Amino acid sequence: MPHNATSSSHAGLQVAVLVSIGRHPLTARARRADQDARAVEMALSLDDAAIRLVHAGGNDDDNEEALRGYLGMGIDEINVIKQASNADIVPALVTSLRDAAPQLVFTGSRAEVGEGSGLVPYLLAEALGWPVINGLAQVESIEHGVATVLQALPRGKRRRLRVRLPAIATVDSNAPPARQSAFGPARRGELAARACSSMPDELQAQWHMQTARKRPKRLKIVKSASARDRFKAAAAKAEGGSGQVLSDVSPEQGAEAIFKLLKEEDVLR
Amino acid sequence: MLDTLLPILFFSALALAAIGAVRRVRLWRQGRHSPVSLIRGLIAMPRRYLVDLHHVVARDKAMSNTHVATAGGFVLAALLAIVVHGLGLDSAILAWALLAATTCMFVGSLFVAKRRRNPPPRLSKGPWMRLPKSLIAFSLGVFLVTLPTAGILPEDLGSWVLALALAGVVAWGLGELFFGMTWGGPMKHAFAGALHLAFHRRPERFSDKHGGEGRSTGLKALRLEDPATKLGVEKPADFAWNQLLGFDACVQCGRCEAACPAFAAGQPLNPKKLIQDMVVGMVGGSDAHYAGSPYPGKPVGEHAGEPHGPIVTRPSTKGGTALVDAETLWSCTTCRACVEECPMMIEHVDAIVDMRRFLTLEHGNTPNKGAEVLDNLIATDNPGGFDPGSRTHWAADLNLPLMADKREAEVLLWLGDGVFDMRNQRTLRALVKVLRAAQVDFAVLGNEERDSGDVARRLGDEATFQSLAKRNIATLGQYRFARIVTCDPHSFHVLKNEYGELGGNYEVYHHSTYLNRLLEEGKLSLKAWKGGTVTYHDPCYLGRYNGEYEAPRDVLRALGIEVEEMARSGYRSRCCGGGGGAPITDIPGKQRIPDMRMNDVRETGAELVAVGCPQCTAMLEGVVEPRAEIKDIAELVADALIEDDSAESTSRDEAAGKARRAEEEVTL
Repeated sequence: MPHNATSSSHAGLQVAVLVSIGRHPLTARARRADQDARAVEMALSLDDAAIRLVHAGGNDDDNEEALRGYLGMGIDEINVIKQASNADIVPALVTSLRDAAPQLVFTGSRAEVGEGSGLVPYLLAEALGWPVINGLAQVESIEHGVATVLQALPRGKRRRLRVRLPAIATVDSNAPPARQSAFGPARRGELAARACSSMPDELQAQWHMQTARKRPKRLKIVKSASARDRFKAAAAKAEGGSGQVLSDVSPEQGAEAIFKLLKEEDVLR
Repeated sequence: MLDTLLPILFFSALALAAIGAVRRVRLWRQGRHSPVSLIRGLIAMPRRYLVDLHHVVARDKAMSNTHVATAGGFVLAALLAIVVHGLGLDSAILAWALLAATTCMFVGSLFVAKRRRNPPPRLSKGPWMRLPKSLIAFSLGVFLVTLPTAGILPEDLGSWVLALALAGVVAWGLGELFFGMTWGGPMKHAFAGALHLAFHRRPERFSDKHGGEGRSTGLKALRLEDPATKLGVEKPADFAWNQLLGFDACVQCGRCEAACPAFAAGQPLNPKKLIQDMVVGMVGGSDAHYAGSPYPGKPVGEHAGEPHGPIVTRPSTKGGTALVDAETLWSCTTCRACVEECPMMIEHVDAIVDMRRFLTLEHGNTPNKGAEVLDNLIATDNPGGFDPGSRTHWAADLNLPLMADKREAEVLLWLGDGVFDMRNQRTLRALVKVLRAAQVDFAVLGNEERDSGDVARRLGDEATFQSLAKRNIATLGQYRFARIVTCDPHSFHVLKNEYGELGGNYEVYHHSTYLNRLLEEGKLSLKAWKGGTVTYHDPCYLGRYNGEYEAPRDVLRALGIEVEEMARSGYRSRCCGGGGGAPITDIPGKQRIPDMRMNDVRETGAELVAVGCPQCTAMLEGVVEPRAEIKDIAELVADALIEDDSAESTSRDEAAGKARRAEEEVTL
């Protein structure tokens, strides 16, 4: 499991993780949401950070089981902000985050149930005036209120960002996988429920909801003559063109070119 | 002079032994409470020793006779010596009896010494190497000091120097055999072993006078009611007290080590070392004094523990080692070869699963694919994460009767998770064909079936096991059936032996047993076998777990097959490597267990291995060619079936199939 590369500890760092109820894609059983669990994993990988899990939503039995999935990762308590089932959870989360004032907020990119628009982090950031990082892959260091993080880009690329804290970071499936949830701690952990006035989501109330239908996939037609072309089409980089062909060079020159490239791509430092 | 010295020697040795015994008992009592009947256990002990234990010991005839002579001679000699020399009873008859006993013991000791001249690698060395000398010292010393009492030699023969020398020899023997018995010497096995037999955690595993063979192989359920209690075994003191007693009984003969497939494959597990590590943990200290073969790839002396210290360190505390490493526990295939071989009736598999339970349920640390498989079992009720609604897709053309429609059938056919595996689907098809040919009234649960919970339980996830088991029991409770038949020995074992504790009691048959019954009843007619030589691989969960060695062989015999037995077959069958979640946790070794098994097959020259387990099929078929072909017993029977009496049903099936195909063409 990749852990924090730097040896600096994050003593005193306050991290909040927003967690939701997930849903298994095949059986629709409630579970810990995959991306949210990765967000918890990301928080746990920070040494000595004080982690606070927050869940806003209804709290029936099924949900409790799912929330306990996060507790099983070695978390003692989840703060549950009780909301009506038709509520817009953003105002309640804004209040909660403003009160607790964490330096970092982690959450999954989008929920597995309900609207699943992926807008919650942006709405929160807008309300709080904090920056948002999406696709967080790794927190490299946090010094003097500035976090150096790696952001995941398509095709395994990473971009290093410096962000002034407090900030909100979303985690998607590029982040390290979540650790196993253990039954014992899951059962012993506490769900600290707190009632909070819920604001009904008026926009959503006007919507007509129905179960999604599996739509036929459009066939991807690759016009190519040979297997090599098809392979190239499948493996092609989205952009590029900055390549360099070296021929008839000495081994030293070749090695130097490779070394230079690796440095440019930040594989070597 | 000896007359005064000997009683002092005997009674001080006895007194020290008694002090040692109290200390030892206190070590065991560190363990958790475990309900056993002490009185009934002590009464049953002699029979358990003479019948059950000796049944195991007698598999090695030479060693068995050696042990009878030495141990029998010693027990008799010790009792008589206390009376004759300790209490000073001057009886010529007793003295002669004592002479006979010591002679017997002396002869036995010579054989022990001979065995120690060039001991096989499975035996522990260290203090065990001095044991034959101590035995000889005791038997010879007591023999010589008894000679005057028996009237063979005059009372005052020799000088005080000789008397002192003799007393010294006797003292040496007494030190090893009385003092060492309770203070942790090699003779500890006699003291702890006797009590272990009396207070065994599975009293039902011993045979009884009425011919019951005594078998107890189902894991014991973990109580999950109280959220505050720790789940599984974290520290040596978390074992039940009679488990600790059992560990202490180990005689380090290494029969388990010789039988263990993981040890042979070079995976970091040695059952003997594991048990010794538990003793080290119970007493406190390091394993540096262990004198047997280590865990492959793990030098001795780097691990230490204490009764209230963790057995396995958390990986987050970097670099530290505790008593054992996690991969040692995860190497076990739960094949029970060690338990089957253990003359001291130690339950290795129970201990390993107890420790795995802690790692999975409290640490959340099931290695490799373990976590994924457990998540799948929780979310989809099968280890592969397949859609539970697609369980019967493999049988779309078979028109399997569903329990949900029939409500009642004579046989409930338990399909198992093999329904998702294309290889096992062939076996299932064959089994269905045979059942139809025999006109068995059967039905399947279809999509209502779930994983039996076997893998979850062996991986230590008792919570998921119990959840699956309870839901399966509720499903089974809705229907009426006389018996369950399954082609998966793992489901078979769990349904038969492990659901009972949770309220599900069924008559369960492995398909080989059931097919044998059908053959005996004459419901199947078979063509004669025309293929080449065949060997049979005993699945652990059918053989060692449930004692079914004969039915599969009977079926093969009915097919006209002469089974070419492997060197390790029957109760000594070598595991395929597929049990206990071992393919999921996948601990690396020097070679693969199925490759070793296939070499066993190769030695027989057989062209085909008959198997009776989807796991074994998968593991053995994973061995690279050229190798023998692998076929399930159901497939062999189905191939040999003469189908005139079932022609009607097949033609009906075919007609139905044709009709369906026509329909499809219309809808296209």
